[in-house]
Amino acid sequence: MSQPLTKRIEDRYNEEIRVRENEDGSELSILNLGPTHPATHGIFQNVLLMDGERIVDAEQTIGYIHRAFEKIAENRPFYQITPLTDRMNYCSSPINNMGWWLTVEKLLGIEIPKRVQYMRVIVMELARIGDHLICNSILGVDSGAFTGFLHIFTYREHIYEIFEEICGARLTTNMGRMGGFERDWSDATWAKLNKFMKDFPAAWEEFDALLTRNTIFMHRCINVGPISAEKAITYGFTGPNLRAAGVDYDIRTATPYSSYEDFEFDIPVGKTGDTYDRYMVRQQEVRESLKIIRQALDKMPKEGGYHADVPDYYLPPKQEVYTNMEALIYHFKIVMGEIPVPKGEVYSCVEGGNGELGFYLISDGSRVPYRLHFRRPCFIYYQAFTEMVKGCYLSDAILILSSLNVIAGEIDA
Amino acid sequence: MALTKEELLEKITARYGESIRMDEDSLDLPAVIIDSNKAHDLIKFLRDEPSLSFNFMTDLCGAHFPDNAPEAQFALIYHLHNWLDNVRIRIKAFLNAENPSIDTMCDLYLAANWMERETYDFYGIDFKGHPDLRRILNMDEMESFPMRKEFPLEDQGRTDKDDRYFGREPQTNNVPNNELR
Repeated sequence: MSQPLTKRIEDRYNEEIRVRENEDGSELSILNLGPTHPATHGIFQNVLLMDGERIVDAEQTIGYIHRAFEKIAENRPFYQITPLTDRMNYCSSPINNMGWWLTVEKLLGIEIPKRVQYMRVIVMELARIGDHLICNSILGVDSGAFTGFLHIFTYREHIYEIFEEICGARLTTNMGRMGGFERDWSDATWAKLNKFMKDFPAAWEEFDALLTRNTIFMHRCINVGPISAEKAITYGFTGPNLRAAGVDYDIRTATPYSSYEDFEFDIPVGKTGDTYDRYMVRQQEVRESLKIIRQALDKMPKEGGYHADVPDYYLPPKQEVYTNMEALIYHFKIVMGEIPVPKGEVYSCVEGGNGELGFYLISDGSRVPYRLHFRRPCFIYYQAFTEMVKGCYLSDAILILSSLNVIAGEIDA
Repeated sequence: MALTKEELLEKITARYGESIRMDEDSLDLPAVIIDSNKAHDLIKFLRDEPSLSFNFMTDLCGAHFPDNAPEAQFALIYHLHNWLDNVRIRIKAFLNAENPSIDTMCDLYLAANWMERETYDFYGIDFKGHPDLRRILNMDEMESFPMRKEFPLEDQGRTDKDDRYFGREPQTNNVPNNELR
């Protein structure tokens, strides 16, 4: 099948090539980056207009893995929407899951016990570490440093093993329920978590030593793709990319959710918003996340169970479903999605791996959302890419793309 | 002096009077419904007025309400955020069914560009003055606007789940497909 869109962009660029005359007689050229290019780490296409090695103009085409999650969500009971959220930013799916549960709980007005909130914080911070770890190590790979990536990737495996202990899945976790977790964390979970907390900080410093002050890496990153704070704000940047530009906006401190106000941590900010600053902010955020997890482990209440006491929304234990009529009724009602839901609208957001991950939910009181909109941070800030790569070298564009941590699943939803 | 919700609502109701009303559906944020022709002006006011300074457009999305009156079939929902005082506001503008259109916000916030394209793509809402209004997630050849409620995700009574579509001959013509299974 032909690709009329790409063709239209190319026609526009061809016109520009025809009109423009370089002094030395050279011509501009068109380069297609993507949709499936190993250096873009996802399915999105960039049609670039090149003057030799420099980028004159760029146009993005997205939507290659659009799965219409918002439409699907209008036809699914609330508990069936978590698997959809997994597949947005699949590098940190537990944050998406928790963000969704927090939205539902906000609508239903469910109070969450402190212990569950702390467990959620641990899970979310682990996911954030996993997200930043991938982004930064892949940034190394894109600039030619494979070692750090190979070394640190073991630890993402350990993070996934913890997720696996908690919920049974690794990448698309579908973790949690309305009101808490589906089961209490096993001894193995705590053991793995403690082991991770013991080993990972040293490994992270080792990774840092491999990459951060590496001359080649610094030359490749410093002053590449800078963005000013004003530009970043008007483009809707949030998360590490915004903080790299020097704005200390973080939802964990601006509007704390899930008891983030109980923890001491810093919000690292950069100065110029270039690739190196984005890298440094993520590097430091991982350390802050470790700090949060350590505090959560220390402060973890013994009492409080692993879910809120909300029989209307939380599935009863299986043994009771088989032996107790009331439990069976609740089980049936919840599985069929027949839970009491108020009418109204809520907007709830969490600090995702890439920024403000928002859920705007319109409920008409029925078993499915009337309208659910995902505010996907990637989708919003990726539109700045054209402006950021203009005048850059092609190889810099790759670094900018990976330092922005653009996730195709989150762009397309 | 930090901005409070009451002050915020007071200021904008004083300025817009008849064209604005409170949105009773909101369970969390201060929310208003504005006449669609005043939406651009309101958002510009919220952004530029120093005591309000809503510097960030968090979100923009559409919604379809086929049960509403014909002049309020579509809604556009804006979420703005004032980072200095940490106040959010939700603004809703209803559009008619015939020709849903509203002024673009691209001149106020660059972030609106793709969000408006997405809304156009899903709901067919026309953003007047948008620099590049075309589909973004769906393919350009598409003719419908799929998030409108008249397009069901899957028709429960569909008859096209038929063996013929899977390269097989139907076993008999008289027996409905689902009885064969």
